[in-house]
Amino acid sequence: MVAHLLSLKWRLLLNGFKRSPAQLIGMGIGLLYALGILVLLIGALIALRWADAEIAHTVVVLGGAAALLGWAVVPLLASAADMTLDPSRFTTSAIPPGQLLTGLALAGFIGIPGLATGLTALATVGTWWRSFPAVAGALLGAILGALTCIVLSKVVTTATAGLASSRRFKDVSSLVFFIPLMLMGPIVVGIVDGVRGTADYLPALARTVSWTPLGAAWSLGGDLEAGDVVSAGLKLLIAVATVSGLLLCWHVLLQHALVTPPYAGGSAKKGGKRGLFDVLPGTPAGAVAARALIYWMKDPRYAGSLVVVPLFPVIFFFSGSQSGDYGMLMLLGPLTAFVMAWSICADVSYDNTAFALHLASGVRGVDDRLGRAIACLTISLPLVLLFSIGPFFFTGSWVWAPNLIGLSLGTLFTGLGLSSVISARYNIAVPLPGDSPFKKPPGNVAQTLAVQMIGMGALVLLLLPQLALMGAQLFTGSIVPGWINLGVGPLVGLALFIGGVRLGGKWLDARGPEMFAQLSVNR
Amino acid sequence: MTEPRHEPFSQPSHIGQSAPLESAVEPGLSAEPHTDLPVSALSIRGLAKRFGGKIAVDGVSLEVPVGSFYGMVGPNGAGKTTTLSMATGLLRPDFGTALVHGVDVWARPLEAKKLMGVLPDGVRLFDRLTGEQLVTYAGLLRGMDRDVVRPRVTELLAALDLEADAGSLVVDYSAGMTKKIALASALIHAPRLLVLDEPFESVDPVSAANIRGILESYVSSGGTVIVSSHVMDLVQRMCSHVAVVAAGRVLAAGSVDEVRNGSTLEERFVQLVGGGHRTEGLEWLRTF
Repeated sequence: MVAHLLSLKWRLLLNGFKRSPAQLIGMGIGLLYALGILVLLIGALIALRWADAEIAHTVVVLGGAAALLGWAVVPLLASAADMTLDPSRFTTSAIPPGQLLTGLALAGFIGIPGLATGLTALATVGTWWRSFPAVAGALLGAILGALTCIVLSKVVTTATAGLASSRRFKDVSSLVFFIPLMLMGPIVVGIVDGVRGTADYLPALARTVSWTPLGAAWSLGGDLEAGDVVSAGLKLLIAVATVSGLLLCWHVLLQHALVTPPYAGGSAKKGGKRGLFDVLPGTPAGAVAARALIYWMKDPRYAGSLVVVPLFPVIFFFSGSQSGDYGMLMLLGPLTAFVMAWSICADVSYDNTAFALHLASGVRGVDDRLGRAIACLTISLPLVLLFSIGPFFFTGSWVWAPNLIGLSLGTLFTGLGLSSVISARYNIAVPLPGDSPFKKPPGNVAQTLAVQMIGMGALVLLLLPQLALMGAQLFTGSIVPGWINLGVGPLVGLALFIGGVRLGGKWLDARGPEMFAQLSVNR
Repeated sequence: MTEPRHEPFSQPSHIGQSAPLESAVEPGLSAEPHTDLPVSALSIRGLAKRFGGKIAVDGVSLEVPVGSFYGMVGPNGAGKTTTLSMATGLLRPDFGTALVHGVDVWARPLEAKKLMGVLPDGVRLFDRLTGEQLVTYAGLLRGMDRDVVRPRVTELLAALDLEADAGSLVVDYSAGMTKKIALASALIHAPRLLVLDEPFESVDPVSAANIRGILESYVSSGGTVIVSSHVMDLVQRMCSHVAVVAAGRVLAAGSVDEVRNGSTLEERFVQLVGGGHRTEGLEWLRTF
């Protein structure tokens, strides 16, 4: 039975490759990337063979502990847990629990993360290739440690399976995931500073961690190399107890999960609140705008596409405070305008097959385009104005204000027009409705990238006159080009916006069924 | 699955003429246009579609008379959904065309779609809207006035037993409730023709009876309904006309009594489609 589970997992992994050639190329690139990191890690661990034993011990223990934490936390937050062998799918198969447990645990190693963790853990044997006891200890530790990673992640995902399958939890957890991302810059700087200041402290930290379940397994090699057999013995006990405890937890949870199917759903709510549908104009375009705005607020995938926007001011302000020059802050407006306008390229792709409603209702393409663009404009216009005027309160270089506000508005309108055309013709690989915004999207990633690159090139071309006006002010120092840009930017942008909505609408009218057929491929 | 004499993919010149399939249809059960009716509610003419190497629909022609309750039955993979998608403007046919009350779906799509209410099978809904919002959205997309949409939404939700969950997100609905809210979205603009793909799938018996009631009164007041279904019993009791489809072709079409020809629809269906082999084998299933 264990062998059956393993071969099932292997078959599932192989079938993942039976896709279209374009998808294979995308997966190939991803695999190469993972392989590169893996080779780098293994190389580094083997290179540590010639490093000081204390340093090697510190790196191995802290790295191992971090890997364990990662296995516990990442699947939960990213909703990326590998549920191909979801225990609830075996409910009706009546597999003896012991065998199911063993099979699922070993199957955890079949798959890119599991395999990578296993191989990296085994590379620590190379690190301790110094004496026989050290090698033996490292090997034992690697096996125990990697197994602990897999089992811990299974315990966490099984315990939260019921919770994680509820829509609310998914939505919230994927948004909680943004917070560290948004503050990534300061956090990294803080950690680097902290490490620089307390480099001496790390070995002590590693020694402490090595007595906890997180690090016990990873320190066996180091302790035996140092000849500390008593510590090694005690830590072996801790590591074994950890795995056994986790296995016991998993066993109990699995028993529970097998008889309790996950429950999803909320309480019934009476109607009467049509929300934005009562506020916006009761026309097809108005309805599309209302629907799109509701999605901007309720669908985490939309927020996911905008995660970088709040990041910009943090990064620019932070780098400004380091160098004392806040000039970079002035880029905030145009950059935000670009990202916001570009985000609706994916709008129809986010709809997925729900687009059938537009198609079957005979919505005119223009109404579809206009509604989506207006929803985006409602959110982005105040934001862009804020971000293009705000920085001048810090820099005080108000001579640049007209030029930058003109460029920001021009970028926003032009970008919205261009996105309206592009998204009428091409769909983009995005996570499916209800999936985490961070989940790897199904579909043709290579085509998505090509369309995006060409589209951005076109946008730069359309914005050339405005960029030239920026240049003119830079070289002449005169504010006149700035005032011209303040007028030209929004006007030309608006004209391109209207043109884009019209052209995109025409394309959508002509090729709506083909668009729908493309969308139906990934559902 | 290909016999060249009525194969649209090998003889595209046939398409556009009334029915490239005459020879496949049994005598007396012709899918020829009914000459006594001026314009059919839905007239499907030689529709064909190929996906890669697989021919999903192989020249289907059907006349759905105004005021009929038309059932479309066929085994899994017969091409029912593909045919209905092509007839409703969701999937562009390789050959053939469809007319709704005389309006060509593929030449004048916006006009034709105004006349139709469509319940497609296997598509997502805008499920982060509440049920009430979704139906309102469907109405507004059709260009209806908000003051007309509002009372209709309330009535529809009441008729389909969805009042209590009107304010819940559609993503939290059960499968049957989702089907019902999609049906409400298809009904909101009072279309002249309803095209429903598997409308009774996973709907509970009480709601199914309600839906039948709604559809029957709709038909009796002059509307036309075409449904696809696997449930022969339901089609036999509910529909006035039926078409049996298999492997992308119409095997028989006409009024229910004509098609079933004395036996039950299910027996006739199995006889037409074939594959209803005697339940031999599986002896071990009786040995426990």
